[in-house]
Amino acid sequence: MVPGAPPPATVIADMWRGIGRENPVLVQFLGMCPTMAVTNTLANGIAMGAATTFVLVGSGLFVSLFRKYIAHEVRITSYILIIATFVTLADMILAATFPAISKALGPFMPLIVANCLLLGRAEAFAAKVAVHRAVADGLGMGLGFTLSLSLLSALRETLGHGSLLGHPLFGPRFEPWVFMVMPPGGFFALGVALLALAWIVELRRRRVRAVA
Amino acid sequence: MSNLAWIFVSTLLVNNFTLVMFLGLCSFFGVTAKIETAWRLGLANTFVLLLTAIFAWLLNTFVLGAAPYLRIVAFIVVIASAVQFVEMAVRKYLPVLFRQLGIYLPLITTNCAILGLALFQTSRHYTLIEGLVFAIGAGLGLTLALSLMASIRERIEVADVPRIARRMGLVLVIASSLSMAFMGFAGMGSAP
Amino acid sequence: MTVVHQHQHGAPVAVTPGKATPTWRLLVTLAVAGGLSGWLVVTVYQITRPAVERYAAQRVAGAVREVLERPARWDTLYLVNGALVSKAPAGPNAQELPIAYVGYDATGKRIGAAVTAAEPGFQELLTLMIGFDPESGALLGFKVLDEKETPGLGDKIETDSSFRTQFADRLPPLTGVKGHPGGNRNEVQTITGATISSRAVIRIVNHAVAKWRPLLQAYHAGGAP
Repeated sequence: MVPGAPPPATVIADMWRGIGRENPVLVQFLGMCPTMAVTNTLANGIAMGAATTFVLVGSGLFVSLFRKYIAHEVRITSYILIIATFVTLADMILAATFPAISKALGPFMPLIVANCLLLGRAEAFAAKVAVHRAVADGLGMGLGFTLSLSLLSALRETLGHGSLLGHPLFGPRFEPWVFMVMPPGGFFALGVALLALAWIVELRRRRVRAVA
Repeated sequence: MSNLAWIFVSTLLVNNFTLVMFLGLCSFFGVTAKIETAWRLGLANTFVLLLTAIFAWLLNTFVLGAAPYLRIVAFIVVIASAVQFVEMAVRKYLPVLFRQLGIYLPLITTNCAILGLALFQTSRHYTLIEGLVFAIGAGLGLTLALSLMASIRERIEVADVPRIARRMGLVLVIASSLSMAFMGFAGMGSAP
Repeated sequence: MTVVHQHQHGAPVAVTPGKATPTWRLLVTLAVAGGLSGWLVVTVYQITRPAVERYAAQRVAGAVREVLERPARWDTLYLVNGALVSKAPAGPNAQELPIAYVGYDATGKRIGAAVTAAEPGFQELLTLMIGFDPESGALLGFKVLDEKETPGLGDKIETDSSFRTQFADRLPPLTGVKGHPGGNRNEVQTITGATISSRAVIRIVNHAVAKWRPLLQAYHAGGAP
């Protein structure tokens, strides 16, 4: 066993962890910059989630594959290099396939490199486990990230633009709550979402205590 | 001259890196429990931003013209090295500051404000002087946002808030109010 | 999968944190990683480049067609050392030169020129493509290429067609007025609630025409059609 390696688990458990209990956005508060900056429309949120998932899986795969050959002293540099490579690939592929979304995400696409989630997973998980576990973890974390971004961006687009994926929802008489798609709205939407989540957890805790 | 003034005011207030552009949120939420550490980290960031502006300009002018697709890789490697260099220099010449900043120094590498500065500087074709003004504005804007947040959080520490708001929820709502206040600066650089 | 197998059976890892690694190994690791990374990036760059360039060309073509009112064809002029030339000089920086597009109708008659300009808007840089007739100085129209104005207010410079269409045939330098403009060719009506964004558009248009009109006149006077 590698020192500090995560306990053995099934692939499903490795994957599920990122979606639920260790959700990067809603629980760990990692990758906040893209979470706020690109969630003004659902399409942008999904694109950012998909790109981040691609980088998580790709870098997890490579970090795990080469984990025995990367010397301890240069590991961070090597991980950053691997991550930056996959971010560049994702950036170019998006620009070639969905140019409008690529333009909307702008510099936040290359900024995935600086998302602490990626270096964090490489260092804490992928470098210490077998390839299939690293990929499962990357996929789970990526899906958890995408899910949180989609929820947040659906909320912001519905209220702020009165539309979803660009399709108007409420008809012409709807006055959009523009605040939600502007910067303060990003902080506000996530803040309210977290308060609601904490409230649900609190209610459930009380119910459990009442039963006991 | 007015162009330089606009860049400075724009990055410091109108498009504040943290509160409007959402760059460097990790340290904004993670390192704002104490005002003392907050502004020190802000100034350390400002220094790294200045170094980055110079390096990014050098790379763009002399190296990356022929290979723009290697930009992300080149920038992040240079930033990681610059942070390492700053860390060594601070440890050697300012040991007291080094102990106070602790693990926050190496964390600057994954601060997206640094890479963001290099990328924006590139996409806007800034000259070296414009880049430096941009870096100072961004750094001071970051320091301002960190200090504001830290001073509010120090007060909340002693206040009686509902249990559900004791974690990130309330902090985010405060950030929203700060960001809204900064929206009021919009239009400043645009007056005819 | 063999790697996985060995690992689960507790094979020792090659490098443990406590042990110093010789410098040459560190350098080899980084060189191999850098080489692999560079190879991957260049390969994908070459695959995706045609699509990216095609899209960029389409975007420019769409904007030129719109502001020059459907020209039959257009020439691309580059600004080099204070004068316009029809061929870009060689060199890696050629793509970053300021460009003017001169459009012609089906009979070969010159319609006007389209140029891009970016200046501060309400919050961020506002990038416009502006079409005008260099001879008379009259505007043909403008198109917003890039904006970060307030949704629902400032972005009306792009979405509100009654603001956009009034620029046709106006004569810069323009001034913005509130309420109905009195038929004066130098006046355009600003958008209620978005005065600063409207004035930014007017300012960018004025500066662009003032800068490019003499350049284009000099180019056409120099014998070009």
